[in-house]
Amino acid sequence: MDELWTTYLWPLIVMVAQSVLMLVVLLIAIAYILYADRKIWAAVQLRRGPNVVGPWGLLQSFADLLKFVLKEPTIPAGANKGVFLLAPFVTCVLALAAWAVIPVSAGWLIADINVGVLYIFAISSLMVYGVIMAGWASNSKYPFLAALRSAAQMVSYEVSIGFVIITVLLCVGSLNLTEVVEAQDGKYGMFGWYWLPLFPMFVIFFVSALAETNRPPFDLVEAESELVAGFMVEYGSTPYMMFMLGEYVAIATMCAMGTILFLGGWLPPFQVAPFTWVPGIVWFLLKLLFIFFMFALVKAFVPRYRYDQLMRLGWKVFLPASLAMVVIVAGVLQYANLAPK
Amino acid sequence: MSEILKDYLPLVVFIAVAMGIGVALLVVPFIVAYSNPDPEKLSAYECGFNAFDDARMKFDVRFYLVAILFIIFDLEVAFLFPWAVAFGQIGLFGFWSMMVFLAVLTIGFIYEWRKGALEWD
Repeated sequence: MDELWTTYLWPLIVMVAQSVLMLVVLLIAIAYILYADRKIWAAVQLRRGPNVVGPWGLLQSFADLLKFVLKEPTIPAGANKGVFLLAPFVTCVLALAAWAVIPVSAGWLIADINVGVLYIFAISSLMVYGVIMAGWASNSKYPFLAALRSAAQMVSYEVSIGFVIITVLLCVGSLNLTEVVEAQDGKYGMFGWYWLPLFPMFVIFFVSALAETNRPPFDLVEAESELVAGFMVEYGSTPYMMFMLGEYVAIATMCAMGTILFLGGWLPPFQVAPFTWVPGIVWFLLKLLFIFFMFALVKAFVPRYRYDQLMRLGWKVFLPASLAMVVIVAGVLQYANLAPK
Repeated sequence: MSEILKDYLPLVVFIAVAMGIGVALLVVPFIVAYSNPDPEKLSAYECGFNAFDDARMKFDVRFYLVAILFIIFDLEVAFLFPWAVAFGQIGLFGFWSMMVFLAVLTIGFIYEWRKGALEWD
């Protein structure tokens, strides 16, 4: 009995507590990322943005949550009820699940598995299912067309993200996210992080991440002028909110991946005194917010792409470019004898 | 606890907790929110018109083509993962075998491109 307690039950309780803590912190962080997104967008357009609920509108996202919960949930008569409700659930849970392997500081993660990169790649591939299920189950024309578009868009950019990740893996020699960060810890500080040697891949990753998460300028899924609200048009109340939540969590995941793969995760810019005093989590968050800030600015600045331009960019520019970069990086590592042993 | 359990159990627990949150969010409005359905409210949205026909209609074959192309390239990425991780140990032979594989795929890619499979008009 005693052994059962110490080897199984107690660790299990710790795991549950850690998971709950991580998810609660993550969801609160998402609430403020959403708020930041709206504020940045408003600032670019010389508006004020949300400023009524709480001081400077800081509680806006929580008011929105309450509003969604109290809205009437409708399920269209022609819809497949099970799949219709499963779609937002799948989107939301998959988006959250990715955060189990993301190290926010040295050793601060839920599951330190040795295939972390592959896990995140797999989870983000599965995100397509939420969209397809929603579009098909709604049994309505706009969601159906939007789901097809969105699925084609997400899988197209998935390929170039895959190649980008491969180039980083070539330099690291491990699939463990902690080791990816540690491999960037060199004597050149922030100039040794992979954003500089792999700069073209960083750009491709950033743009593909925008397309992968259906962010503007690639938000053809919800192009309101042609598809009203895309695959979520039949949704309301919390099922709708879960799509939005899943979308923003996926954006945060992509920002975290960019931070880990290219900006050295929790590492300080230079390994000297004033920088090393700051805890790793602060650096991680600052880098994540920097990438998110760029996401938000792109949303405010860039007009929406046309669908054929989007597909051309994905298949005819990013795919050949990233494939060529895989060959070049591998060749350089091989012949300059830099490959990690 | 065995090594694999130690690594992956937290992952399972995390996903279970996330599912709990998901179910809670999904169920709450059905319990607390006001509900008064009527046939107009529950019909499919089509800008105010009655639906013309079934929504599960024919669609452009290009979407299907994109999915097929995706499978090819995603498999390629899946092959590249173990190669990239073991890159330091497999030496020159490993490097050139993958280059040959990539060359074969690139020929296929050029063929698709010339055939116009990537055109959207």
